[in-house]
Amino acid sequence: MGLALLSAVSQGILWGIMVLGVFITYKLLDIADLTVDGSFALGGCVCAVLVVGGVDPVVAVLAAMLAGMVAGAVTGFLHTVFEIPAILAGILTQIGLWSINLRIMGKSNTPLLKNDTIFSVVGDLTGLSSNTVAMIVGVGVAVLIIALLYWFFGTEIGSACRATGNNEAMVRALGVNTKVTKLIALTLSNGLVGLSGGLICESQKYADIGMGTGAIVIGLAAIVIGEVLWRVLPWAKLHSFGGRLTAAVVGSVVYFLIRAIVLQLGMDANDMKLLSAIIVALALCVPVVWEKYQLRRNYKLALRDEGGR
Amino acid sequence: MLTVKRVCKTFNAGTINEKRALVNLDLHLDAGDFVTIIGGNGAGKSTLMNMIAGVYPIDAGTIELDGVNISRLSEHSRAKYLGRVFQDPMMGTAADMQIIENLAMARRRGQRRTLRWGVTHSEKDEYAERLAELGLGLEKRLTSKVGLLSGGQRQALTLLMATLTEPKLLLLDEHTAALDPKTAAKVLDLTEKIVSEHKLTTLMVTHNMNDAIRMGNRLIMMHEGSIIYDVAGDEKKSLTVKDLLQKFEEVSGGELANDRMLLS
Repeated sequence: MGLALLSAVSQGILWGIMVLGVFITYKLLDIADLTVDGSFALGGCVCAVLVVGGVDPVVAVLAAMLAGMVAGAVTGFLHTVFEIPAILAGILTQIGLWSINLRIMGKSNTPLLKNDTIFSVVGDLTGLSSNTVAMIVGVGVAVLIIALLYWFFGTEIGSACRATGNNEAMVRALGVNTKVTKLIALTLSNGLVGLSGGLICESQKYADIGMGTGAIVIGLAAIVIGEVLWRVLPWAKLHSFGGRLTAAVVGSVVYFLIRAIVLQLGMDANDMKLLSAIIVALALCVPVVWEKYQLRRNYKLALRDEGGR
Repeated sequence: MLTVKRVCKTFNAGTINEKRALVNLDLHLDAGDFVTIIGGNGAGKSTLMNMIAGVYPIDAGTIELDGVNISRLSEHSRAKYLGRVFQDPMMGTAADMQIIENLAMARRRGQRRTLRWGVTHSEKDEYAERLAELGLGLEKRLTSKVGLLSGGQRQALTLLMATLTEPKLLLLDEHTAALDPKTAAKVLDLTEKIVSEHKLTTLMVTHNMNDAIRMGNRLIMMHEGSIIYDVAGDEKKSLTVKDLLQKFEEVSGGELANDRMLLS
């Protein structure tokens, strides 16, 4: 059990990079970008093929990120230039990527059993267990990415990107081309997703055509869990941007912990996607139901008050 | 300053919902003109503003601003010349961002955005000073989210944002219509103050005939996509609401007054 939990934490951190990508589109741009399922697998496939081909594992991960960025840019292009609704644009790219990923690998999965990866190299250097190494590398990359995102979204271009998700009309009136800001955000987002796919591929030592399936739902679930935690925890400031980013990664870790626990309790691994869907659906339903309940209750209370008079 | 020549705009052309919003519209503004625009529903007032701002492309004609032909420029490209305040107080600001962040974005209107910091320290004092001029106490809430402000506060902030970098033309599209009378009066006072201080060339759409007569140096009445009455100077100053209603009936053969205009 302990080992399973440790492995869940390291997995959660590495997937957390993907969650940061989803955070950019879902929270800042207010778009549910379905490219993610495809670009995550794309990152994994590109990374696996390069590593097997003898490319340096760090370069392979960077290439995975670059591939993800291209995928995001395609979605961005379809959405902004041709005005295809964001969800549909994402689905189109995602479906297209399935075939592209198969072409890249030439088969439906690629094992990296004998090849060096970032994790095996660091493990050999330090002599630490694979889970600890994954955790250290994951935290290192996550901190770096959070710092970079914090910086970027504080710049003039980054502010314009944030404002685009907030109020597009206003941003255009202030002289910003919202097509460009959306393109930047989608590219950046899927770059992180591809990077995460590459890291996961190296840590689990294989890439699989289906590794990205449901990634968007995991991302949304992690963001939702992170937000709830951040609201519950007394010391946290939800409104600070760095805090929100950190919460997303923490949410991812918690998601994988929950997953590990229910799997240990004997749940079928294939049912996990259903559980993820239920978590996200619940998180989206609860505020709506709560508000309706409040409205009804207040009305009833008002009726009673009137009756008493 | 602004020259609008034979501008046409038809919405849903060729369908049963065809609407000729602007018909061969000509309009010239000199530098420093403050023009108020009135007219009934569907007269084309907002369409005119949106055409100048580039929200939709025009079908025909030209729009020139300070010698630059902006007819075909995209909305964000012409933004560098224009300050805009919308009817909906939610439309002019980004609710989830801080007051200072909103101002900093407005300060950079028309400039190339770079990877420099979105808000620099040196800007803070200037913004606090300008906010203090609004007299709403916003200078003490620089880092508050704009979403926490009232409609009137947001509209005053939008007005400040629109004029922070001096625009060649200020477009006010019924910017007080969604506010309660007291707040509306306050925002109008601020408008007059800012416009006269910076000698801004201004177009203001309003449904309030008193405001239209009282403010600015020229008044335009629109009907069915055309300008039907254009008055300036002393003649405008001596106008009454009754004159305006009468003028409208004369030209259009119908009644201008909808309830909203009469009641305000």
